Amino acid sequence: MNSSTEHEADHPHIVGYGTFIKVWLALVALTAALVGLSATHSPNLALIGLLVITPTKASLVFFYFMHLKYESAALKYMVAIAIAVLVIFVGLTFTDYLFR
Amino acid sequence: MSASVESGEGNHDVAGHSATEHPAGEHRDYIGAKLGMWIFIFTELILFGGLFVAYGMYRSMHPHEFHHAAGELNVVLGVINTLVLLTSSLTMVLSIVAIRLKRKAQSIFFLSTTMVLGCVFLVNKFFEWRAKIHHGLYPGSEHLMARPPGERLFFGLYYGMTGLHGLHVTVGIIVMAIMLRLLRRDKIRHDDFIKLENAGLYWHLVDVIWIFLLPLFYLAA
Repeated sequence: MNSSTEHEADHPHIVGYGTFIKVWLALVALTAALVGLSATHSPNLALIGLLVITPTKASLVFFYFMHLKYESAALKYMVAIAIAVLVIFVGLTFTDYLFR
Repeated sequence: MSASVESGEGNHDVAGHSATEHPAGEHRDYIGAKLGMWIFIFTELILFGGLFVAYGMYRSMHPHEFHHAAGELNVVLGVINTLVLLTSSLTMVLSIVAIRLKRKAQSIFFLSTTMVLGCVFLVNKFFEWRAKIHHGLYPGSEHLMARPPGERLFFGLYYGMTGLHGLHVTVGIIVMAIMLRLLRRDKIRHDDFIKLENAGLYWHLVDVIWIFLLPLFYLAA
């Protein structure tokens, strides 16, 4: 490990205020879209809100606020595996229920 | 890597890599500390994930009763609390940026704002729960037990999941109070901010969980 990468590891680069304010605006806009979809009282649109908008919001928080975008590949894989395990749990439980 | 230390030669100049020895002799491991926090976050994901599975199963068993019961929740309070938490996540992350840019006063301001917003969330939650309990809607109440099983399950999950989330918010506020003290005493600095960063990771996780609770409970009607 040379000195420059060691420096990188100890002090990853600083993301400015602007990026985070934009992410916050996107999160507020997505929340408004989610509330708007649910106000239509259409079950299909509400499902899109739940399955598309909500995970998008969570991803924005994970990637930017939780800094995941700027982390090492190893940490990204760890998070991906943890979430995959959760998705497998949920998927298996529902397949069991639906095809019982 | 740290063979010289393990073999007891005690040559501290050789030790290091991602775990860095600093002049004062204190041991720091930035990557290790962050990794530990993430592993804790995984356990939290599985904990809440299990509850979300329970919610999903019961909802598919009682779709109409869940739909009806969700109509009784206060959507406005739910959305306001979402905006409060999203904003608190922003101020949390800005507090970390500020300390890294050596702007201690700004960092303290943003962290204090995050704490205040966390308290605002809990106050809103208090009024929301109080109104529900006032209407006789709480686990085991006569009013609720007279209702269909699906609605009883909905309110049980509502109190259980928002309650566990509220507990996390409370813990987050306590952790931030400790961070504020460390920040004031220069124990968190521009070159040593992992404690604040890990506190931030925890707070953002609390935010992510709420992001899922909003559509599942408040917007489910």
